Amino acid sequence: MSEAGEKLVLEIKDLHVYYGAIHAIKGISIKVPQGKIITLIGANGAGKTTTLSTISGLVKARSGKIFFNGVDITNKPAHAINRMGIAMVPEGRRIFPGLTVYENLMMGAYNRKDKEGIKEDLEWIFSLFPRLKERLSQMGGTLSGGEQQMLAISRALMSRPRLLMMDEPSLGLAPILVEEVFEVIQKINKEGTTILLVEQNAYGALRISDYGYVLETGNIVLEGPSSELLENEMVKKAYLGMS
Amino acid sequence: MVEKKLSNKTKFWLTIAFIIFIGFLLWLADRYFDDYKLRVLRLIAIYGVMAVSLNLINGITGVFSLGHAGFILVGAYTASLLTLSPEQKAMSYLFGIQPWIEKLHADFFTATIAGGIAAAIFAFLIGWPVLRLSGDYLAIASLGFAEVVRIWANNALSITNGPLGLKAIPEYSNTWWTYGWLLATVVFIASLVNSSYGRALKAIRENRIAAEAMGINVFKHQLMSFVIGAFFAGVSGSLYAHWLTTIDPRLTTMGPMLTFYVLIMIVLGGLGSITGAIIGAAIFAILFEWLRDLEQPFSFFGIQVPGIPGMRILTVSAIFIIVMIFWQRGIMGREELTWDNLIKWSRKLASLSRKRGEG
Repeated sequence: MSEAGEKLVLEIKDLHVYYGAIHAIKGISIKVPQGKIITLIGANGAGKTTTLSTISGLVKARSGKIFFNGVDITNKPAHAINRMGIAMVPEGRRIFPGLTVYENLMMGAYNRKDKEGIKEDLEWIFSLFPRLKERLSQMGGTLSGGEQQMLAISRALMSRPRLLMMDEPSLGLAPILVEEVFEVIQKINKEGTTILLVEQNAYGALRISDYGYVLETGNIVLEGPSSELLENEMVKKAYLGMS
Repeated sequence: MVEKKLSNKTKFWLTIAFIIFIGFLLWLADRYFDDYKLRVLRLIAIYGVMAVSLNLINGITGVFSLGHAGFILVGAYTASLLTLSPEQKAMSYLFGIQPWIEKLHADFFTATIAGGIAAAIFAFLIGWPVLRLSGDYLAIASLGFAEVVRIWANNALSITNGPLGLKAIPEYSNTWWTYGWLLATVVFIASLVNSSYGRALKAIRENRIAAEAMGINVFKHQLMSFVIGAFFAGVSGSLYAHWLTTIDPRLTTMGPMLTFYVLIMIVLGGLGSITGAIIGAAIFAILFEWLRDLEQPFSFFGIQVPGIPGMRILTVSAIFIIVMIFWQRGIMGREELTWDNLIKWSRKLASLSRKRGEG
């Protein structure tokens, strides 16, 4: 995977995170090369969300380093990290329910000043999710679960991120919508955004990603190209429900 | 039904016309109302400034601050010390006065601005520690800081005249000053709320963590909202002082009670709605005056009721609880009285009455 010359967007080196006395992340190292979809899979409590929260600056790391395009961003404040080009689609969507769909989208572009670019990106987002265009003046909280997920993804895209992190985008969605979300993720990636995807839906995530890491109670127990992980006996047994 | 929307230009002129109309009504009132009614009318505007500024902090940014009376007090004292004449100050300070305070003098407008700025500086200083907290802790800490200034004012004899308070403050708060400042406050805060900055404030209220992940510097935004809210609270303090003409650091004039009165206004009107804040202020001011009779002896269906002090606030509380049971989000909720909403509501009413007619 990490062949010479490949540009890394994100590199995590030996990261340790604690919640009080609880050692949540026990020294993980992850590489996210430009233009790829990298996925972190694992069960509940494995530390997937904690990893993403630490990258985006919402949780502080005890030790280890996080580099974004070669710059050390470890423990920088969340708003500064967002400004550098990392956007997150948080778990459970976390849209702003009392703001309209349009206002939600504009919050994603909060630190941008290029009005033309914002307009272009809005059009692009409407082409990805035509339904959002119909609901522009509706309150975010009145959308259905699937629409809220689309809004959360779109909101993150509005910052025109260089790295898009998604925390369980398929959680709580009907199977048909899960398919749609995975398709959109691929589409976004094809148009040039690097993606770090965290999923419990291991099969779906591995199918669309290039490289995967398997997380178990704060450790990376397995990593490899996604196509290989799909065939791996341990992954099949533990995460794909096959024996 | 085709959604017809008014153009921004039409709305602008309609708003101007509306303001002129209100101005005309105020002119009529100013001419024909008796002194007592005029005082209540002015109080509505002063309460309005208090409510709209607290609404920016509590309703829009979602910072549950209980320090408003502290800001009002800082504004009231600063402005009053500036408008009182040196002779008047020399007369009322029985325990001596700092010479530099005695010399200070300014006109009402400058004094009011100075009161606002003093309150804003105070908010900036206490904002650093207070806004590190959240929820109940923030409420308690801000309440504590407001009490600290009040008790300081009670003891700093050579500056504030201590418990004797300031007397014979000129009654500058006429209808035009009070309503002018209310207009300025509403225009400023409404345009703030409708800017991208205001959207960020609302986003913080809706979901702090998501807002942070969107690249919003939550602390900086909350501090700004706190400081702007405090500025207008300071302004309202100046207006209030020049309406009361006597201020002192007693619990009941500018103590925690005042904060809770303002809180009642904005919750009653609808937390997060500027229109609601003004409606809440008007209802509170009128109700509080009207219920004054309850504290006098009166007869109720032939039963003689002696005047019980404190009956007013008890009754207001009861009314408040009833309103909260039926309108949990207050009178306006988070809606504003805008031209678009007016059209929307009148359409709704029309279609409702049509349905009733058919059925």
